Amino acid sequence: MPLLEREGAQTWRKRTTGESLIRWFGWLLGVAVFVYCWQIISASTTWFFVWDAPRIANDIWTRATPPRWEYITQLGRPIWDTLNIATLGTIIALFLAVPVAFLAARNTTPSALIIRPIALLIIVSTRSINSLIWALLLIAIIGPGVFAGVIAIAIRSIGFCAKLLYEAIEEIDQTQVEAITATGASRWQVMAYGIVPQILPAFAGIAVFRWDINIRESTVLGLVGAGGIGLQLSASLNVLAWPQVSLILLVILVAVVISEWVSAKVRGAII
Amino acid sequence: MSDVTLNDMLGQGWRKPAFVKNPVLRWALIVGFVAYLIAAFMTIEVDWGRVYVGLDRGWAFVLAFTSPDFTSRWSDIWSGLLESIVMTIAASVVGILISIPIGLGAARNIAPLPIYFICRGIVAISRALQEIIVAILLVAIFGFGPLAGFLTLSFATIGFLSKLLAEDIEAMDRVQAEAIKASGAKWMQWINYGVQPQVMPRLVGLSIYRIDINFRESAILGLVGAGGIGATLNTAFDRYEYDTAAAILILIIGIVMALEYLSGIVRARVQ
Repeated sequence: MPLLEREGAQTWRKRTTGESLIRWFGWLLGVAVFVYCWQIISASTTWFFVWDAPRIANDIWTRATPPRWEYITQLGRPIWDTLNIATLGTIIALFLAVPVAFLAARNTTPSALIIRPIALLIIVSTRSINSLIWALLLIAIIGPGVFAGVIAIAIRSIGFCAKLLYEAIEEIDQTQVEAITATGASRWQVMAYGIVPQILPAFAGIAVFRWDINIRESTVLGLVGAGGIGLQLSASLNVLAWPQVSLILLVILVAVVISEWVSAKVRGAII
Repeated sequence: MSDVTLNDMLGQGWRKPAFVKNPVLRWALIVGFVAYLIAAFMTIEVDWGRVYVGLDRGWAFVLAFTSPDFTSRWSDIWSGLLESIVMTIAASVVGILISIPIGLGAARNIAPLPIYFICRGIVAISRALQEIIVAILLVAIFGFGPLAGFLTLSFATIGFLSKLLAEDIEAMDRVQAEAIKASGAKWMQWINYGVQPQVMPRLVGLSIYRIDINFRESAILGLVGAGGIGATLNTAFDRYEYDTAAAILILIIGIVMALEYLSGIVRARVQ
């Protein structure tokens, strides 16, 4: 226990002098980095616009309210497209994520030296790139439209689903697998009767969870041209039709809240 | 021995129990799902000719990953990347600092009811609005540049971190907090010695995780003019400079992997 000798009496302290010095320097370094970052941000900001911001915000607010309610008749198809992008994207992602997850899990991978790192690389690289970037890329390759959105969402979701799924596979109860193996089951039978029933609830939970996230993401994919309600949003923004923008934002908000509610209900029923 | 008695002795063959127990609900789900899938596939227009033409470009992009071009646009890449990192650091610091009081306010066992509702409201708004939509609005208000991105990421951090912190505080051990209170501690002391030590490990882990998310999000904010590497990436795609785009994507993946590795180490140390 670090003690401080002062005037003959010993006082208790939390840290030794060296430790507190190191901590102090750590904080100093952190503050310095933050100040440096702030200076860079500040240098590339036009401060006149910032001081003017309250007026602009007020101006946009008065333009955007009330929302143009009759525009909602034109939003039916985009919402349907958005739902399709999210749902089909999730389904495709799940089909691709299952094999990747089995290859990545320590207890089911056929080769921990070669195949597992490849599977982990697929998981990390698909996870770390946002669906908007995937959409940009796919639009350059297969052209704008709903199809590019579906594929973008699918690719982006593989890593997420596979990561959660392989963690679920690694946590399974090994005794059940052994019991199935002891009956003389083949490798595939062990998988079907020993492993799959144990991860099925987790799988369903992951699917619904990712679907909820994908609804959110697919609402903005249209900003880069990949279909869905984002297309209408970007078109309205481009012509500064603020009443339409506020209506679209409201619709997106409602969609997000509904999808979160559905996902919470389904997950509550499964788990 | 007749066939009937033999069957009786053997008993019925075992069948896998279904995942959804109620047969009516099960068939309704299956039929509804198939009907939805058919409807969804009918309404997606895929221009297969365009896809076929684009496959060459897709292949060119895959090939670009084997020879990424870091050098010819390095100054653009570097300035974009630096801006992304700067925005991430500044927004994480500010977001974490703001989300701690809001997280305290959103915990039902600490905050009085009016404050609880206000803080939960802030959390709900921040979580329902996606980063990219917030960024669009903030760019319209504050002008182009990293300040809008910084504010967007801070705002998103508040929703994420406050909610999880509040849930952690609500799940804490009451006994320790009460012991501190019984010793006559004031409110601040109670928070500092009764609550904070219990939630600190998780708060550190979540903060590091959020830094990781903030970096990933900062990569797309440039698409709407809010600063960061996204603008450079978008330009690279628009000009079909796949080798530069591949270089940027490799850098993003590398930084995310490094952050994930780092957060693994930090979380293992604090827990």
